Amino acid sequence: MCGIVGLFIKDPRLEPELGSLLSTMLGVMCDRGPDSAGFAIYGEGSAGSVKLTLRGLEGTDFAGLAAGLGLPVTARDTHAVLAVPVGQEAAVRAALAATAPGIVVVGAGERMEIYKEVGLPTEVAKRFGLERMAGTHAIGHTRMATESAVTTDGAHPFSTGADQCLVHNGSLSNHRGLRRRLEREGLAFATDNDSEVAAAYLTSRMRTGDTLGQALEHSLDDLDGFYTFVVGTESGFGVLRDPIACKPAVMAETEAYVAFGSEYRALADLPGIASARVWEPEPAQVYFWNRLQ
Amino acid sequence: MSGHHAIDLATGSVRELNAALHALGPDTNETLWRVSNPRGLHAVAAGVDAPVTIEIDGPVGYYCGGMNKHASIVINGNAGVGLAQNIMSGFVHVKGDASQSAGATGCGGMIVIDGNASARCGISMKGVDIVVKGSVGHMSAFMGQAGSLVVLGDAGEALGDSLYEARLFVRGTVASLGADCIEKAMRDEHRALLAAKLEAAGLAGSVDIGEFKRYGSARTLYHFHVDNVSSY
Repeated sequence: MCGIVGLFIKDPRLEPELGSLLSTMLGVMCDRGPDSAGFAIYGEGSAGSVKLTLRGLEGTDFAGLAAGLGLPVTARDTHAVLAVPVGQEAAVRAALAATAPGIVVVGAGERMEIYKEVGLPTEVAKRFGLERMAGTHAIGHTRMATESAVTTDGAHPFSTGADQCLVHNGSLSNHRGLRRRLEREGLAFATDNDSEVAAAYLTSRMRTGDTLGQALEHSLDDLDGFYTFVVGTESGFGVLRDPIACKPAVMAETEAYVAFGSEYRALADLPGIASARVWEPEPAQVYFWNRLQ
Repeated sequence: MSGHHAIDLATGSVRELNAALHALGPDTNETLWRVSNPRGLHAVAAGVDAPVTIEIDGPVGYYCGGMNKHASIVINGNAGVGLAQNIMSGFVHVKGDASQSAGATGCGGMIVIDGNASARCGISMKGVDIVVKGSVGHMSAFMGQAGSLVVLGDAGEALGDSLYEARLFVRGTVASLGADCIEKAMRDEHRALLAAKLEAAGLAGSVDIGEFKRYGSARTLYHFHVDNVSSY
């Protein structure tokens, strides 16, 4: 069992409250996943720069690290976001690997930042100051580990492409074979987790020209197992449940937002929820919202 | 003490509510309970065994009205997974939608769902009567043993898979029938049964019984036979 949440803001006036709303949703889902938690948030970005979210051990001197690279940094507990000029990402990654082997790059993108840690979800959200973050959309996950260890690496969201991330409730049965196929295509994996394979699969599809919606459609053919996915891209937010639909999902939509929760409880504190359209996403049906539409 | 009890789950707990309901005896005169702010909480009014009315004002989470005996429960909102699971008797009415496995293993009583029910509605039902005014999802009435499922809308994939003797009536389309479930002739006795269930659900006269089709078990999977091995 795990808990997943997602919030896609339609009314820009609500953007400053994204972090506090998601923080509450994540907190309510603590009892579906008390082992670890994580979230991805799409906030401010600038066209000339890439945000690299780094993770280090407790007490990592991110300011010193960034000063050595000559780059601005925003540190939050065990994570930090490095602003890298476009074109220098590969060089910065190489420099990090050479000079700071304990640092892991957990995500990269123009607007996406990813934070995840072991611990009770409310505590994890507090450590990173989620409630003070703003943005257009965000997804989060509370994990109850069933098949692999409780580690930060095993926490969601998983990101395998720029501004792309995925949270998953369920388990995939054909992830080993799919991983080998994706590795041959050049995708790199940081963990042995099945959910990371799903993220990489979507990245692979979108690299070949699929929209997020099309990539999710194709995953119905290529992914075997139980899943409810919530996926974020720079401009979009998607939801998919497998055809058996064992894993729970509830959605709500108002003029101001689209929200996802494993259970209705996670949505109960959202503004205007009493008059929202609330529904359970159909099995094997792709739901997808895009800011640019 | 008589009159109605108001319980606000924004300040009180589900545990306190259920403990108060479980303390009621068969001849209680505390017969009306109003529950506010359920906010999707689980197990609201589960395990009640008393002839009382419980009105819940808002959406509930999992297992609302589970194991119910004798009580009438009205939910003014949606219900989560396992609504009235293993209901023994009484009446559960959801004014919104119900999630998966509504009425699972129910042994008696009636469940009325004004909206849609998701997958596995009435799974392994053992005597409960379920009336869904909207549609039901896939695998509904899976292994249904007794009771009835009446659907005014459509049914999803694999309706009545591995069905025993539960009786299924669907007014709309059926996406597909499950293993060993077949359409059956609607005889007078079935029309009378359907009319009785609709009347009990408060729908007498408002629905044309002639629009329904009946589905039941072909009874070929009751006993193991090697020729059927792929269907088990």
